[in-house]
Amino acid sequence: MAEVALAEIGKRYADGTRAVESLSLQVADGEFLVLVGPSGCGKSTALRMIAGLEDISEGTLHIGDRVVNSVPSRDRDVAMVFQSYALYPHLDVFDNIGFGLRLRGMRRDDIASRVNRVAATLGLTEHLRRRPGSLSGGQRQRVAMGRAMVREPAVYLMDEPLSNLDAKLRVQMRAEIARITRRTGVTTIYVTHDQTEAMTLGDRVAVMRKGVLQQVAVPQELYDNPVNMFVGGFIGSPPMNLVEGVFTEQDGELSLRLGDQTLRVDPALAAAKPGLRACLDQPVVVGVRPEDLRDASMDDRGAQTVLNSEADLTEALGSDLYVHFSLPVPAVVTEDVKELARDAGADSPRERADRTMLVARFSPRSAARAGDRIAVAVDTARLHVFDRDSGRSIR
Amino acid sequence: MSTTEVPDLVPAGMTVTGPPRRSLVSRVVGRLGGFLATGAIVLLGVFWLTPVVGLAVASLRSTADNSATGWWTALTDPGRLTLDNYGALLRNEGVLNSLWNTVLITVPSTVLVVVLGSLAAYALAWIEFPGRDWLFVLIVALIVVPVQVAIIPDAKLFGSLGIYGSIAAVVAFHVAFGLPFAIFLLRNFFLAIPRDLLEAARMDGGRDFTIFRRVVLPIGWPAIASLTIFQFLWVWNDLLVALVFATSDNAPITYTLREQMRAFSSNVDVIGPGAFLSMLVPLVVFFAFQRYFVQGVLAGSVK
Ligand SMILES: Nc1ncnc2c1ncn2[C@@H]1O[C@H](COP(=O)(O)OP(=O)(O)OP(=O)(O)O)[C@@H](O)[C@H]1O
Ligand SMILES: [Mg+2]
Repeated sequence: MAEVALAEIGKRYADGTRAVESLSLQVADGEFLVLVGPSGCGKSTALRMIAGLEDISEGTLHIGDRVVNSVPSRDRDVAMVFQSYALYPHLDVFDNIGFGLRLRGMRRDDIASRVNRVAATLGLTEHLRRRPGSLSGGQRQRVAMGRAMVREPAVYLMDEPLSNLDAKLRVQMRAEIARITRRTGVTTIYVTHDQTEAMTLGDRVAVMRKGVLQQVAVPQELYDNPVNMFVGGFIGSPPMNLVEGVFTEQDGELSLRLGDQTLRVDPALAAAKPGLRACLDQPVVVGVRPEDLRDASMDDRGAQTVLNSEADLTEALGSDLYVHFSLPVPAVVTEDVKELARDAGADSPRERADRTMLVARFSPRSAARAGDRIAVAVDTARLHVFDRDSGRSIR
Repeated sequence: MSTTEVPDLVPAGMTVTGPPRRSLVSRVVGRLGGFLATGAIVLLGVFWLTPVVGLAVASLRSTADNSATGWWTALTDPGRLTLDNYGALLRNEGVLNSLWNTVLITVPSTVLVVVLGSLAAYALAWIEFPGRDWLFVLIVALIVVPVQVAIIPDAKLFGSLGIYGSIAAVVAFHVAFGLPFAIFLLRNFFLAIPRDLLEAARMDGGRDFTIFRRVVLPIGWPAIASLTIFQFLWVWNDLLVALVFATSDNAPITYTLREQMRAFSSNVDVIGPGAFLSMLVPLVVFFAFQRYFVQGVLAGSVK
């Protein structure tokens, strides 16, 4: 067990690509840290540098109390779970799991007892003599986990270990990984681009973008207080709505103008974000999470915090009713927004025309249906405000 | 009369089709195509096998019979077949010696090419070093150098090294000419192994040689088996290199059998069984290795 410390780590590939820029991170002993970010942001590169599979171009890497920049993988006491599982096709499950121990010259019966113990934990006991080719995806994933666990390393490194599983199995294995890492107490660095995995698994979550670390925090903090528009938009599903608006002050009371509608702003917001007073009367980007938008007809909140619109589309999930609607406000188009849309695989619906699309999370009891006039109650105390140019959070 | 309609019990969206109905013409053509293909294969088989059978039969006939009639007459009179030629061959020291020479030449030529070739292929595929790609291009370019071009310079070189005429010279030549293709073939095969697999082995504590031996070799086995067979056959059946580089003491069987050819007749009693024996060994090698030509060795390793 060990702590991992990255100090201003940078990676420049041979072709000049700068995959990671000055990354500094402390992962405490026994902590589960998740590295998350859109595709190509350098998560895998960072992990592979910690694993010793990639040279570190700049900075220093500590594992435990050693600087390991030039220590080969095999001597770093770390184990990795690959996205592809990377099981040895010519070996059966037992030998796959025990391979690392054999290479380290452990005695046969010690290997057998360790492998059997790990296999029992993972429910692989009756498959020990099968080759990977005849295993299901979930079983292969377990073998890959077992191969890391059996070595009892100081650090687990996992690169999107669940992304090849179907949705149900992924949830199940996610819980299993949480259980195993919690019980063994081994420091874990886990890479994913799935923010649900990040939020559910991580003791802390580090969000990266284009090789640059944006924010490291416990999941709730990340959700409640994103440092910028990118983090705000990346964490949360459905994503945070981003709308351009203007805050104004009258008699010490703040209100927010969104297109042709004006909302009275809860004083709690101004209290929580003193920086807001410095950017009154100028356009800012307002972030509203879908769950902070509710059906006003089922809510007894004052009419001053209600937006009127028309439902474009409703999606009933059983537990929630997602209501899509639009406001006559020019869409927010920044690099952040574009990148978020690209990551979501959408061709940026927000970029369309002079209306901004929003999603509200109504109670399933709501009667709103597509085409209906709707009144949306906004929890203004929980608004997020971002600088339009820099994307930074205004606090 | 009322009929009750029985609804078809077919899941929605599925249409039921009987066995494909084809026109008579297309069926005839299909059959004919099948017959033609089978016929062609049989013909080809007969074409290739006839000389082999002829050789086998001739090797079992007496010298007198062989010079009097063709081998096929023996098929109607199998009683005259005899193992005498084989007996004589096994007492003929020259032939036995050259069979042994063939083994002495072929085994090291094959083993060296496979061992050196696979090591080099691993390095060229998976170890980073400056100039690696250029080195590989150079090696590939060597594949196109014809044997004939190198014979004279090599003969001189071996002469000055003092190994000209020895088995070592023949082996050296075969190894040198076998390696470029071996490296080319194996390097490309090794490169197709997923990188993750080698990295996993590295994380598991393997150094290059361990990874090579425990991961790359087992996975690359089909390619290695093919290479082994080809190299073995090529060296075993070689005459040209032996003629140039071996003295008659060190001559392989191909060389010795050729010496039995005369201008107007040939010693069928020696050539027949000799050639047949020399054919058996490659056949055994081929069948020993052909079961490794399996596809899908990577099944289940990644994804
Ligand atoms: N060997 C390489 N040579 C050059 N550039 C590379 C190499 N490997 C990765 N890159 C580049 O570095 C950047 C970061 O890649 P990386 O694989 O770390 O992304 P990632 O965050 O893991 O993405 P994903 O979620 O798609 O796995 C990308 O722009 C990628 O194209
Ligand atoms: Mg990746």
